[in-house]
Amino acid sequence: MSNDMSNNGVVISESSTPLPAGVRLPIYMDNHATTPLDPRVLEAMMPYFTSTFGNAASRNHSFGWEAEKAVEKAREQIAKLIGATSKEIIFTSGATESNNLALKGIAEMYRERGNHIITQVTEHKAVLDTCKKLEKQGYRVTYLPVQADGLIDIEDLKRAMDDKTILVSIMYANNEIGVIQPISEIGKLCHEKGVIFHTDAVQAVGKIPVDVQKDNIDVLSLSGHKIYGPKGVGALYVRRRNPRVQISEQINGGGHERGMRSGTLNVPGIVGLGAACEIAGAEMEAEGKREKELRDYLQAKFEKALDYVHVNGNMEHHLPGNLNMSFVYVEGESLLMGINDIAVSSGSACTSATLEPSYVLKALGLGDDVAHSSIRFGLGRFNTKAEVDYVSDKLIDVVSKLRELSPLYEMVKEGIDLSKIEWAAH
Amino acid sequence: MAYSDKVIDHYNNPRNVGQMDKSSTEVGTGLVGAPECGDVMRLQIRVNPETNVIEDAKFKTFGCGSAIASSSLATEWVKGKTIDEALAITNTDIVKELALPPVKIHCSVLAEDAIRAAIGDWKKKNSVAETSAVATSAH
Repeated sequence: MSNDMSNNGVVISESSTPLPAGVRLPIYMDNHATTPLDPRVLEAMMPYFTSTFGNAASRNHSFGWEAEKAVEKAREQIAKLIGATSKEIIFTSGATESNNLALKGIAEMYRERGNHIITQVTEHKAVLDTCKKLEKQGYRVTYLPVQADGLIDIEDLKRAMDDKTILVSIMYANNEIGVIQPISEIGKLCHEKGVIFHTDAVQAVGKIPVDVQKDNIDVLSLSGHKIYGPKGVGALYVRRRNPRVQISEQINGGGHERGMRSGTLNVPGIVGLGAACEIAGAEMEAEGKREKELRDYLQAKFEKALDYVHVNGNMEHHLPGNLNMSFVYVEGESLLMGINDIAVSSGSACTSATLEPSYVLKALGLGDDVAHSSIRFGLGRFNTKAEVDYVSDKLIDVVSKLRELSPLYEMVKEGIDLSKIEWAAH
Repeated sequence: MAYSDKVIDHYNNPRNVGQMDKSSTEVGTGLVGAPECGDVMRLQIRVNPETNVIEDAKFKTFGCGSAIASSSLATEWVKGKTIDEALAITNTDIVKELALPPVKIHCSVLAEDAIRAAIGDWKKKNSVAETSAVATSAH
């Protein structure tokens, strides 16, 4: 504490928020970034680090057979979660690789048919940067805008399609704002037009029902570490029937994964991914309901205690565990600094050299000032109501204190229209 | 990002938070930055007309922890200084004192701008000739 008494009593992060019983700090509430490994998943994986260490491609001895058996079991577990068959699952190192393999592999394979790809502006960088690279190689890419609620307009997609369109890649659920795109409608349209439909379903698989048949999905990316599985393992679903989709391999070698992805299989990781999928499938309904209740509770507490807060993204078509909220007139990074015992993410990129706020929030049409004020809460399997209570109380406390410090909040309270002020270019 | 102890101290216990009467001839107000850039500082000084000494200073800042710390420090430093002494404070002094990393240097620049803007406003009100360069410009 400073001895200087002229600070008008504003003290920001000194903890005046009581810690509820059973809550341990720091609290992890950033489950869109990654999730902790479920202990049941770890248990399933353990033998494959030690006694059952074989190479799944070794055909001549029991070590190889055991490993292969484990891999095939995992393939079934994953396929079951998304309504696929096990032969349609290709193992990769994660969703970034899956997205790269899908986009580059399809673009290359169907080059004779056309060179046009359609995606959207709020995709993950693994899709956007891959598209940028394909543009350099002579492909034409349309980046669809999103509406103010984060959803694409299916009419925009219809208009963007032409006779050179070979691929549409639209994410299932967004990693920042949690909105769920109209996937089955998009898939249906693609099938009518004979266009391949890929979806980055990293945030959706295991959290909400995903069914490649009902959703008309041809190619789908998923990841282990977003669903309480290990990092460094993911999968790509590639449809084998109606239509049969072919993918040009991007990594050459021993011809693993039916030639689509060479490289010795990460057996413990794959076993973990399989176990994670099975658990997620079994618990999805109850867990989704629980997380949605916690999310609604968190949102309601903010809205009751604070003015000038609003949620970002369509809340009807929304992941249960996601809340993206703007605490207007408070800058996101300073907010995170005041809640350093809580792990969440900020839409402000003040920590990066660019000073540019989140491109996803900007795509919704949010002003930079509001985007700078946004926090993403990612509720997950291991978050409790007591934690939500602590997080909300602490946030409310710090936001209130930072607003005492905010000239913008003071001006708005005095009835000044901030848009009428001539701010210095900066 | 790791913050220096001094940034954390100013963030946790910001000095001289508040506002003074903008219309008073003794008060100079500087409002710099822009909401869409993620930082806005308002720094005010109260100047003794007899001595030209800054007797009080107040600030409010919308911005990251380093921006809050830079403006809080600026109010501490200008207090007790004459106008000319306060104009001698530069952003590099602030960077050094707070151990700001390169990506946060703009926060210190803004704080320097805020001091100069507040002094400029006071001078304008009191029809003092601009002896020193008063920077309220963009950066």
